[in-house]
Amino acid sequence: MGAYIKGIGIVSPQKTFNTKTFLTETVEHTTNSLRCIEPYYPEFINPVLARRMSRTIKMGIAAAMVSLRDAKVEMPDAIITGTALGCWEDTEKFLVAMIENSEQLLTPTAFMQSTHNTVSSQIALLLKCMNYNFTYVNKGFSFESAVLDAMMMLGDSDAKNILVGAHDEMTEKYFNITKRVGFWKEEAVATSEVLRSTTNGSVSGEGAAFFVLGKEKGEDDYAQLRSLKMIFEPENEHQVEEKINELLSENGLTCADIDVVVYGKSGDVRYDKIYSHLEDTLFKNSASVSFKPLCGEYQTSSSFALWEAAMMLKTQTIPTAIQVNKQPKSEMKNVLIYNHFMNTYHTAFLLSQC
Amino acid sequence: MSQKIYVTGIGLISAIGDNVEQTLDSLTRGKTGIGELELIDTIHKTRIKVGEVKHTNEELIKRVGLPADTKITRTSLLGMIAAKEAMMWAGIKDTNDFRTGIVSATSVGGMAITENNFNDYLNVEKTGDFLDYILTHDCGDSTEVMAKYLHIKDYVSTISTACSSSANSIMLGARLIKNNMVDRVVVGGSDSLSKFTINGFMTLMILDKEQCKPFDKDRKGLNLGEGAGFIVLESERAAAGKEILCELTGYGNSNDAYHQTASSPTGDGAFLAMEKALRLSGLKPKDIDYINAHGTGTEVNDLSEGTAIHRIFGDAVPMISSTKAFTGHTLGACGGIEAVLSVLAIKYNLVFPSLNFTNQMNELKFRPSTVLETEHPINHVLSNSFGFGGNSSALIFSRH
Amino acid sequence: MEALIEQLKQEIIAQLNLDGLKTEDINPDTPLFGDGLGLDSIDALELIVLLDKNYGLKILNPADGKKIFQSVRSMAEFISENKK
Repeated sequence: MGAYIKGIGIVSPQKTFNTKTFLTETVEHTTNSLRCIEPYYPEFINPVLARRMSRTIKMGIAAAMVSLRDAKVEMPDAIITGTALGCWEDTEKFLVAMIENSEQLLTPTAFMQSTHNTVSSQIALLLKCMNYNFTYVNKGFSFESAVLDAMMMLGDSDAKNILVGAHDEMTEKYFNITKRVGFWKEEAVATSEVLRSTTNGSVSGEGAAFFVLGKEKGEDDYAQLRSLKMIFEPENEHQVEEKINELLSENGLTCADIDVVVYGKSGDVRYDKIYSHLEDTLFKNSASVSFKPLCGEYQTSSSFALWEAAMMLKTQTIPTAIQVNKQPKSEMKNVLIYNHFMNTYHTAFLLSQC
Repeated sequence: MSQKIYVTGIGLISAIGDNVEQTLDSLTRGKTGIGELELIDTIHKTRIKVGEVKHTNEELIKRVGLPADTKITRTSLLGMIAAKEAMMWAGIKDTNDFRTGIVSATSVGGMAITENNFNDYLNVEKTGDFLDYILTHDCGDSTEVMAKYLHIKDYVSTISTACSSSANSIMLGARLIKNNMVDRVVVGGSDSLSKFTINGFMTLMILDKEQCKPFDKDRKGLNLGEGAGFIVLESERAAAGKEILCELTGYGNSNDAYHQTASSPTGDGAFLAMEKALRLSGLKPKDIDYINAHGTGTEVNDLSEGTAIHRIFGDAVPMISSTKAFTGHTLGACGGIEAVLSVLAIKYNLVFPSLNFTNQMNELKFRPSTVLETEHPINHVLSNSFGFGGNSSALIFSRH
Repeated sequence: MEALIEQLKQEIIAQLNLDGLKTEDINPDTPLFGDGLGLDSIDALELIVLLDKNYGLKILNPADGKKIFQSVRSMAEFISENKK
C-alpha cells in the first residue's frame, strides 16, 4: 500500500486555504469553540447552487476543488469522505423546525442536504464524476476509514488518483450538548495558551480538508503516505507502543528513524498523558509538533494533522506556531502523526519525504 | 485478487419477521409487513403506511439480553439481533480464531432518540441519565455497540451513503477480505424509523398513503420501513468445512451525478453500477436469473432503474421484483436486508413476488413477477440499491 | 394583482435563498423553472410550503404545481382565485 499526496485543500480556523504558504501567520483566537475562516465561495460554487448549502458543504466543496486544482487532476477515480456528524447544521435545522413547528410547514431543503454523504455527492455532481463514491461515518475513525479505503483502492484497482477528505462542523447548540458529556472546556483559552491549560476538556474545532492521493510518484508530490493504524480504546500505554512499533517495522523503520512526531495534544489534562509518554519514551530523540491548538478538537481533526505533516515534509520547515520542542537534527525524512479523540479513537499515520 | 468471497451466514429483522425463518414464511405466503404506524408519535400517523418492527425498545433490549436500563438506540438493537443471527448461522463462536471485522451502515443512527431528547439536552437545568444518550446519536455508535456485543475488534467501520449504505458495506467487506485485512467480516446495515425521516420524506412528497406499488404505472411513492440485515462474508480459508450459502461474485458502486435527491431519467448511475458488478463477476447479463430491484415505488426511481435495466439487459430482462412492498423502504438497511433475500432466493430457488402491481409502466417493457416463482433454478441474483446523492450500487450473488 | 406579484417576488426570494436577486430582476412572466429563473423540483416543493404557510393554500399533488408555478403571475392568479 502507500500513496503519494498530490494535492491539498484545507479550510480551518487558521489561514490555511492558500496552500502556497505554511502558517506564516497564525490567528490567535480566544474561545472554547473555534470556527473556520471561510474562503470566498463564488470562485468554486455557482451561487444558484450555493444558496442551499450549509457551511460544511461549502467548506468541503471548496477544499475539494482546491486540492484537485493543486494536483492538476480534473476527474478523480473515486471520491471518499469521512465525517463523524455529516451535515450537522442542516440536520439540526430540520430537527429544530420539526420540533418548534410541531411537524408542520416543513420544507425539504435542509432534510435532503442533511444526509451524511451530501458533500461527496455534491462534489460528484459539480465534477460530473460518476466514479466510486463512499462516505464513512465512524466517529473518531471516520477520516481514517476513508484514507484506508483510498489506499486499498490504489492497490486493488486501476484507480490512479483518488480524492479523499474529511469535514465536520460545529454549531452553538451541538457545542452546548456535547459540553454536557465533558468534551469541552468551560473557559475560553487563547490559541497560544492551549497546551499550557490545566483544566478538563478541549477547545472544540472544525474543518474540511481534502487530499488527492495518487498511485504513482510525481515531481511535485507533498509526501508519501505510507501506512496508518487505528487503535480502539487501547487498554494501556504498552498497547499503544506495541502498535506504533508494529506500524514502523511493517515499513522497515524504527523509532530512531522518525524525525518529527505530530502529536494531537489538545490541552485536556485528562487525556494528553499518552502524548507526553510517547515523547519521553519511544520518541525522545524526535522533534515534537502540535496541531490542535490551531484547529481545535473534532472527530476528523487528524485530517488537519495530515496536512501539517505533508507541508513539513514538502517545505522542510516547522513553523514556530506548531513547534513544541527542538528542531530535527537533519532533514526531515519520516514523520509520524499520533492522535486520539477523547482517548477512545487512537490513530497513527506514517509519512515519508518523496 | 481473484479470491472467492463466500457467504456463510444471514440474519435479518424487519416488518415481515424477527429472523430468517419468519421472513421466509411471510415472503412465501405473500404477507406484507406494511401497515399502521404504532410505535412513533407523529402527526402524520394516519397519513402514512410503514413497515414497522412491532416490538418496543424495551422488548428488544430484553431479547438481546441487556439490563433493562441500558442506554441504547433502536438502530443498535435491530442491528445486534440481525448480526447475531448471521454469526450463529455461520457457526462463529470464537472471533479470535480468524481476524474478524464488522462493517455496518445506517442513515440516521440514533436520531429516533435524539429527536425526543433534543430540547432536554439543551436545557442545562435538566439532568439525569438521559444524557447518556448524547453520544449514541452518531452513526458510528451502532456499529461500535454491535462490535462489542459480538466481540469483533479487528476492523470496525460504518458507511452512510443514504439508501445504498448497506450494499456498500457489503462491497467494502469483500474488498477487506481480498486485501487480506480480515479473514471474515459481518456486513450489512440497520436503521430505525424516526420522526425525522418520516417528516423529511413527507416534505419531499414521495410517500404513498397506501401500500406502495413498485413498477406500477400508477405508483404514488414509497413506504418507509425499519430493520436490519447482515450477512457473513468469509475467505476460502475461514469458510473451510462450512456450509457455503452462496458467493458474492460481483459488486459495483457509481454515482449518478445528476441531482441531490432525484435519479436521472436515463439511469446512468444505476447502469454503471450494474455494469461494474457484471464485469467483476465475469457474468453476462443473460446469466442473471433474478433481479431484486431497488424498486421503491417512487415515480422517479422506478423509471430510472427500469430504464437502466433495459440498457443492460435489452428486452431480455430476467425475472424481477421489488420486495419493498413487503418490508417498506428500510433506507440504510435495505441493501443488507435484500442481500439476505437474494441469498434465500438462491438457496431455495425462489423469486419473491412484487406485491400490489397491476398496470405496466408505459416506458418499460418488463413486468415484475407478481407470484412466488418456485420452478426456476436461481443461480445468479442481482441486487440493486440506490440512494440520495446519486449513490448507486449493485451486488451479484451466485450459487456455489 | 400587481401588489400581490411584488409581494410574491419578495417571498420567493426569501424562501428560496435567492441572495443577490432583487424583485426587479424577476419578470412576472418569465418561467420560474428550466431556462427562466433556473429553479428545480426541490424549489417547487419549497413553493408548495410557501403557499400553505403564507396563503393557507394546500397543493396535495406535486404534479399540480407545474401549472401553478409556471411564473410569478400564474402563482398570483392561483392565489387570488383560490384564496378565501
